[in-house]
Amino acid sequence: MVSSSSRAIEIAPGIHWVGAFDSDLRSFDLILRTANGTSYNAYTVRGETGVAVIDTVKESFAGDFFARLESVCNYGEITTVVVNHLEPDHSGALPELLRRAPQAEVCLSIRAPLMLKALLRSAETMPRGFRTVTTGDSVDLGGRTLAFLHTPYLHWPDTQCTYLGELGILFSGDVFGCHFCDPRLFNDRVGDFRFSFEYYYGHIMRPFRTHVAKALDLIEPLDLSIVAPAHGPVLRHGPRDYIKRYRELATARLINEAGGEKTLLVFYLSAYGNTRRMADAVRAGAETVDGLRVSLYDLEGVEPSSFVDLIEEADGFALGSPTINGDGVKPVWDLLSSLTAIGVTGKLGAAFGSYGWSGEAVEMIEHRLRGLKFRVPVSGLKVKLAPTDAELTQCRDFGRQLAETLTRPVSLND
Amino acid sequence: MPKAKVTFADVDVTLTVPAGTRLIEVSEKVGAGITYGCREGECATCLTKVVSGAEHLAAPSVLEDQVLKDSFAPRGHRLACQAQVLGGEIVVKPA
Ligand SMILES: Cc1cc2nc3c(=O)[nH]c(=O)nc-3n(C[C@H](O)[C@H](O)[C@H](O)COP(=O)(O)O)c2cc1C
Ligand code: FES
Ligand SMILES: [Fe+2]
Ligand SMILES: [Fe+2]
Repeated sequence: MVSSSSRAIEIAPGIHWVGAFDSDLRSFDLILRTANGTSYNAYTVRGETGVAVIDTVKESFAGDFFARLESVCNYGEITTVVVNHLEPDHSGALPELLRRAPQAEVCLSIRAPLMLKALLRSAETMPRGFRTVTTGDSVDLGGRTLAFLHTPYLHWPDTQCTYLGELGILFSGDVFGCHFCDPRLFNDRVGDFRFSFEYYYGHIMRPFRTHVAKALDLIEPLDLSIVAPAHGPVLRHGPRDYIKRYRELATARLINEAGGEKTLLVFYLSAYGNTRRMADAVRAGAETVDGLRVSLYDLEGVEPSSFVDLIEEADGFALGSPTINGDGVKPVWDLLSSLTAIGVTGKLGAAFGSYGWSGEAVEMIEHRLRGLKFRVPVSGLKVKLAPTDAELTQCRDFGRQLAETLTRPVSLND
Repeated sequence: MPKAKVTFADVDVTLTVPAGTRLIEVSEKVGAGITYGCREGECATCLTKVVSGAEHLAAPSVLEDQVLKDSFAPRGHRLACQAQVLGGEIVVKPA
């Protein structure tokens, strides 16, 4: 039966879900869509000497949250407020909670205080009793111990997870969450929500793949009976399956296929074949270097966003575009604006292209690559109209330099 | 010129750099997980844990000290956009 009454839901003895269901939400954070809304999951943990509240809800759902909270505790009993993540969908009711339970100690990650200050900027002042916590720190509630895991950038600098060891419950924040709204709450009762779980990972966590892997190193060894994320179903049936899935998603996939070789991708667009001839020469030059696999693709061939997967696994890429009306061509920008979905820091980037008279494209692409935190150690290569033999040699040199940069250890001069 | 050996523990990369190099000048090149915001020592986004060799970093400026304090940084942490290496061996990782 579907029920959305304002009652707390017990997820384990003394542990309650006190969040809110938002079934009308269709777009989240400007970058995600939802099929049936989402939930903002907040929880309470009751010990013999205190009650902890873990996260709150979006401000407009504060009424539901406080009603549920009041059904399981008095404000005076709250000794601890854990903030796993400061994004407003979880911290929206925090200022009001602290007004109602001013005695509570706020536990947040070592990255959070400055952000909290900026979030509260206007009316509120910082809570009086707050404590920064990291892996190894814990709070004793009397027979119930909350241990903190420092898991930054999942997906903000401040994110952390909280583990209740006595019951094997991980309050994971956005990690393992999804935008899926079903008041039946538990993963074994809501039906198939995998599409939403995968979609959430792909849009929120994927750019932080290396941080996900580090968080999993902390999470995998834990005894787990329930994973209680900040959105979507509470994972009490086979919680480890979801952790395994995260590990798969966060693991580089080319390791076996590439067999230790570095990967360089060369992309190009070409109206009359000039930039294409340059691209062929760049590839040929790069291929003269051992320990590197080079692949060449025409950006006109596929939706640019399809290449995002390739770039995520590659060590570097070179982008060739002619200058058309004073700019690079749209598929180039489409590709580059799709790269926020993955982590690219430290990968090698490079630009080249043919031009007619002004030749803006190459510098503009290099500038954008640097902005995206690619390293761009080899300066871009421009050729006026049709490349001569001498210029094709330059293109081969350019490819070889890229390859050499990729296959030797990074140095300060790169 | 004196050199220093800097290890970015999260990606397990070590490189040798001249004394005076700031961590920011190399961390992004090796793909280390230190994230930057202002790049000018004001926002504390680049907060970094010095695992060992803290004595081989130039002492923090008054300003860096203040920002570390304001952000409640635990002991042994520095701003990677500010911290300059002096020599020896230094191991750092993102906070
Ligand atoms: C999914 C997501 C990713 C974000 N990534 C960044 C980021 O990389 N750098 C940053 O400075 N702020 C980031 N932010 C923070 C937003 O810029 C910040 O919350 C801002 O105040 C939102 O402004 P708005 O209220 O106009 O949407 C991110 C926020 C969200 C929701
Ligand atoms: S990046 Fe802002 S303080 Fe270092
Ligand atoms: Fe979030
Ligand atoms: Fe969230």
